[in-house]
Amino acid sequence: MAELTIKERRQIQRHPMLAQEPAERRTNFSEVALGYRLEQAIAEANRCLSCKKPPCVAGCPVEVDIPDFIVALRNGDLDESLRILKSKNSLPAICGRVCPQETQCEIVCVLAKKAEPVAIGRLERFIADWDLERGAETPAVAAPTGRKVAIIGAGPAGLTCAADLAKAGHKVTVFEALHDPGGVLVYGIPEFRLPKDVVFAEVGCLERMGVEFVSDAVIGKLYTIDELLDEKGYDAVFIGSGAGLPSFLRVPGVNYNGVMSANEFLTRVNLMKGYQFPEYDTPVKVGRKVAVIGAGNVAMDAARSALRLGHLWAERTGGEPTVVHIVYRRSPAEVPARAEEVHHAGEEGVIFDFLTNPVELYGDENGNLCGMRCIRMELGEPDDSGRRRPIPIEGSEFDMDVDVVVVALGTSPNPLVFHNADELERTKWGTVKVVDETTGLTTKDRVWAGGDVVTGAATVISAMGAGKSAATDIHRFLMDSDR
Amino acid sequence: MYEILEKVAFSDVTTMLVVKAPEVARKAQAGEFVIVRIDDKGERIPLTIADFDREAGTITIILQEVGKSTLQMGAMQVGDAFANFVGPLGHATEIEKLGSVVCVGGGVGIAPIYPIARALKNGGNHVISIIGARDKDLLFWEDKMREASHELVVCTDDGSYGRKALVTAPLKEILEERGDEIKRVWAIGPGIMMKFVALTTEPFGVKTIVSLNTIMVDGTGMCGGCRVQLKEGAKFVCVDGPEFDAHQVDWELLLARQRFYEEEEQRALEHYRSLLQVETAQS
Repeated sequence: MAELTIKERRQIQRHPMLAQEPAERRTNFSEVALGYRLEQAIAEANRCLSCKKPPCVAGCPVEVDIPDFIVALRNGDLDESLRILKSKNSLPAICGRVCPQETQCEIVCVLAKKAEPVAIGRLERFIADWDLERGAETPAVAAPTGRKVAIIGAGPAGLTCAADLAKAGHKVTVFEALHDPGGVLVYGIPEFRLPKDVVFAEVGCLERMGVEFVSDAVIGKLYTIDELLDEKGYDAVFIGSGAGLPSFLRVPGVNYNGVMSANEFLTRVNLMKGYQFPEYDTPVKVGRKVAVIGAGNVAMDAARSALRLGHLWAERTGGEPTVVHIVYRRSPAEVPARAEEVHHAGEEGVIFDFLTNPVELYGDENGNLCGMRCIRMELGEPDDSGRRRPIPIEGSEFDMDVDVVVVALGTSPNPLVFHNADELERTKWGTVKVVDETTGLTTKDRVWAGGDVVTGAATVISAMGAGKSAATDIHRFLMDSDR
Repeated sequence: MYEILEKVAFSDVTTMLVVKAPEVARKAQAGEFVIVRIDDKGERIPLTIADFDREAGTITIILQEVGKSTLQMGAMQVGDAFANFVGPLGHATEIEKLGSVVCVGGGVGIAPIYPIARALKNGGNHVISIIGARDKDLLFWEDKMREASHELVVCTDDGSYGRKALVTAPLKEILEERGDEIKRVWAIGPGIMMKFVALTTEPFGVKTIVSLNTIMVDGTGMCGGCRVQLKEGAKFVCVDGPEFDAHQVDWELLLARQRFYEEEEQRALEHYRSLLQVETAQS
């Protein structure tokens, strides 16, 4: 087949990805998006113009050589495509699913000026899934250097940092507080958006590269950072402990039964598999009328999980399915979640109450939540964040009938890890202060940090980017013969 | 995996397990807790550390079989192992030389009060302990508590052993007789007992510390399911506690929060029993 011309490539329409229909998927926890088949992937790959100075690479926090892996894919050389992809990104099956490509690599795609961008994320996922299906090839690692690195937290930042350091020949141990590795990938992001088998498969690949995982290890309690450096003999420490501390509503009644943080709700559902209760031991309250407060990605995950729990409950009991609201104090234009997530939630039946803010929660005589008083808001002048400030409309209060409220108003770093680590300076927001943003070096000797613990709650890929830059600097430090 | 090295059944429903967890034992202190998980389908269960042996590398836990998970744990044998055993979590008890102190342990709460009484005695305090349970069968560690205390009062609700009384009765008498001497009270037991201990000591103005055992998931401050309302604001039992000033606690809210999953706990128990029946039928 003759090579396509630029004009011909531009004429190909972006290929949709197979997905479960909304009416079906809201009744189960199986993955929504089903991925490309080989023919679709090659056809989509044919849209790439292979730009000489590809803006997409600059848009990627880990600088994947996007046109190169796409060209290898369309030439049918999947091994080479995977090699290119994995040389920069150790977790492609995860990124292909949860990265906000529409604001990173795809938004700057040259095609996006006149038409839809190349579906880079879907192609990444296709290659990564192809590799996982064949049992996942183990990337090559360099000869052992004899250096040891401790990584705190097995989330996106820690896993990426671990992979890059292991590739460079260092002995890496990842300490995880929970019982499974993955961090937010396993406790926060639901199965229907990121199957846990995908996370464990990518972790398995790291294990085969020689990375050791220690679960049940709450750093700050079991060992302090100083003990890791001085007693356990680690040459360097990377902190990737994320932002795990939930913020609560500041309204009366927030401690009634049925009011919970998105962290609690999602951890019960995802990590503990509460949607399979009682086969799994951990229960999760299935609300009849659920309100999720906030409109970030976590709020969408919580709302869509609540909807699914309600359908499973209705199936079992013959009752009415759960009604789920997203309650957000600003307007649709300010919604922080990915457009795709909002769209999916809407398709599945989540009801959006914009410009609405809770002012009080009501409980019954048993201390169980039984209602929520809200007030309508309007937008005023822009605030510090540049978004128009929501202002309550006097006299517009109304009551919502709810039995579960999930609070998804953001998280901050968990201070537990900093116990006895006095030289480690932190900001007034509780995040770790880094002396060099490009490397993640902290104020404490031989300690680096990256991801949400430095930035506050952000994205999986930005945490991976930070893990990667820190790994580069830790490697430089470890190989410096003068140290 | 964390192996069970020793098992002692104190009664039909109270079981002591000594678990090999050398790294946890290395750091463990009185007042802290662990989170255990039986297997890959298990829930994360917080249990206060009843004893620890740094040299042997063991942690002792005591459980009362009331729900699915505790029943399943009670059926575990020496040689079986927990999938997960996380800790030590929470803050350790602040041990100071205060003078005379009272330690109250009710039911399974006798287990976690023991290392506190011992540490207080070793710390130079005059320790008066009160232990109580519903009946004789539910009492345990009288000998250990006697050794960890200068004075010990034993009581049962039904009078089947020791004095027939709730723990609050001897506590009130001690406070009436030597209220000025008593510098602090520690109390661990069922929520309702701790509430009444708080009510008993409050008129005497004696600072009272309770160790709360609330519903938890992660145990590291991540979920907030364990939150408790104090007069000064909401706190997380897992990272701010588990010990709190009893006179600060909103007890009604605490007791209501402990009941939140009652319906599900019942369902889990029924499910477990039906599985056991299938197993028995097959064997």
